[in-house]
Amino acid sequence: MTPNDYTMLSARFGRSDGHKLAVYEAEGGYRALRKVLQDGMSREEVREEVKGAGLRGRGGAGFPTGVKWGFVPPDADEIYFFVNADESEPGTFKDRYLLDYDPHQTIEGTIISCFAVKAKLAFIYIRGEFGWLVDRVQKAVDEAYAAGYLGKDILGSGYDLEMIVHKGAGAYICGEETGLINSVTGRKGQPSIKPPFPAVQGFLDKPTIVNNVESVASVPFIINEGAAAYKAFGTEKSCGTKLFSVSGPVKRPGVYEIPLGLPFREFFNDWLGGMAEGEKLKAVIVGGSSVPVLPAEEIMNTNLDYESLGEAGTMLGSGGMIVIPESCDMVELIQVLMHFYFDESCGQCTPCREGTGWLHRIVKRLRGGGGTPEDLDLLEHVCDGMAGLTICPLADAAVMPMRSFLDKFRPEFEALIQETAAAAPTSRWPRGEQE
Amino acid sequence: MSPSTDTGAAFELSDVSRARIDELVAQYPTKASALMPCLWVIMDELGWVPPGGIDLLVDKLQVTSARICEVLTFYTMFRSEPQAEYVLQVCHNISCHIMGARPLIAHLEKRLGVRLGETTPDGKFALEGVECLGACGHGPCLQLGRHLYEYLTPEKVDGLLESLRRGEIPRADTDRELED
Repeated sequence: MTPNDYTMLSARFGRSDGHKLAVYEAEGGYRALRKVLQDGMSREEVREEVKGAGLRGRGGAGFPTGVKWGFVPPDADEIYFFVNADESEPGTFKDRYLLDYDPHQTIEGTIISCFAVKAKLAFIYIRGEFGWLVDRVQKAVDEAYAAGYLGKDILGSGYDLEMIVHKGAGAYICGEETGLINSVTGRKGQPSIKPPFPAVQGFLDKPTIVNNVESVASVPFIINEGAAAYKAFGTEKSCGTKLFSVSGPVKRPGVYEIPLGLPFREFFNDWLGGMAEGEKLKAVIVGGSSVPVLPAEEIMNTNLDYESLGEAGTMLGSGGMIVIPESCDMVELIQVLMHFYFDESCGQCTPCREGTGWLHRIVKRLRGGGGTPEDLDLLEHVCDGMAGLTICPLADAAVMPMRSFLDKFRPEFEALIQETAAAAPTSRWPRGEQE
Repeated sequence: MSPSTDTGAAFELSDVSRARIDELVAQYPTKASALMPCLWVIMDELGWVPPGGIDLLVDKLQVTSARICEVLTFYTMFRSEPQAEYVLQVCHNISCHIMGARPLIAHLEKRLGVRLGETTPDGKFALEGVECLGACGHGPCLQLGRHLYEYLTPEKVDGLLESLRRGEIPRADTDRELED
């Protein structure tokens, strides 16, 4: 297997013309939409095809997309659809490739998905830092309108759909689906308690589906080739292909489309070319910064699919693979991450607002030479007071790396504390400073 | 810092931007839901949202100024104070950190003579550390407005600063969509 064998999603990656409508159409683009709207596929048939393909949400949670669509109450008449392109999970940069190199694939997938759930208005919510990408996608949406793929009476089918490209403004939390919805209502992007789930009561209190870019981008293939063709890739429970965005000092970082179930060892050695010159593999965070880290020897014997990674004690997440070299100080890295979660906590829930700050300050104190052996227990204790106790998973997203770094690389924390034990004693409790 | 709603200062916004705000209000399903894009219109023209901009949106969107201030201060990219001419935002999150964001920041601090989070005395450059910019495999990286500079080295940063001092914004790795 080589990187070029799998192009269900990535056929136009790296090309300079793949974003143009004419190119997309010449390569079979909008054929799936015609099949649905002109050959008369029913909503039910589209939903069943996607459900049958076993497509799972590619944003991180891995919930079956077709099943999510099925939660919209059948008698609802005002339904909204959101494409989540608020790609902010550290280590993740795959949706950016999809929208940059091939925006029409996502737009086509969105139109079909909207048809399946009977939505009349779709938002593509792109993180504010991707300002350059917003223009790219807006241009493609304009092209789609002009070609009759959006707007009133699409392809003469009687189906109407409007699409708005919405630009975020810098808030990690808006990647959480209720935070994203609240953001578009013109509020702070703070998540809401579930239930009610957005599919029942979301944007403007109406049924709302939020799907990741990669999830909807997978839909045209499933409609064109059928669920069975999609399931031919991957494993029994992890169907299809998945994009992995790889960062860190490997020979060939970048975005790769892999059949789920691919052994990490093969991916690492053959596709990524191994570590860059002079670097040695220490650990990998396989699915974005919020999933537990695995040391080299553990990840090397794991396959890249939802189940195998779960058994290995981590998660597939967003596919944002961060490769950590031997030269990295793990305590320093966790400080970087804890700063991130502290910075991005929306402040709504006390365990997260205070807990992320505590974790960051304690780790910072350790690195500043003021740590004690009890601090490692204190970190665990703070984690216990956060996990599962908040409205959204941001607290858990901070706890998972914190706990796994402590668990897998405890000797580094202990060595640091010992090294600095002889230094001047400092206050037992973190206080004062916020950074 | 909390944005003031003192209307004493003159507020000027082009007719094009005002028309765009009206368009957005008509396009979004509710007036309030157009708040973020309307703030972006003001940001894009002025670089920040002055008190007069808040008043304008209170009027256009029929929402309270408290609600607007809440949104304005929640999102890090909205600014309620004037900004330096060039705001250099360096990613200091995990992937860029592994690829050398810290030495890069140290280099910028030295070249600009300011610490992270500060602005040069002439108001020309601000140096900020920001969270993940979605360029993890292309790091270290730096953002200047809508331009994202990737695969940075001290030499590339020096070239960037030189251009900016001449008033030229060099082509960024992500600027290709402007050319076709």
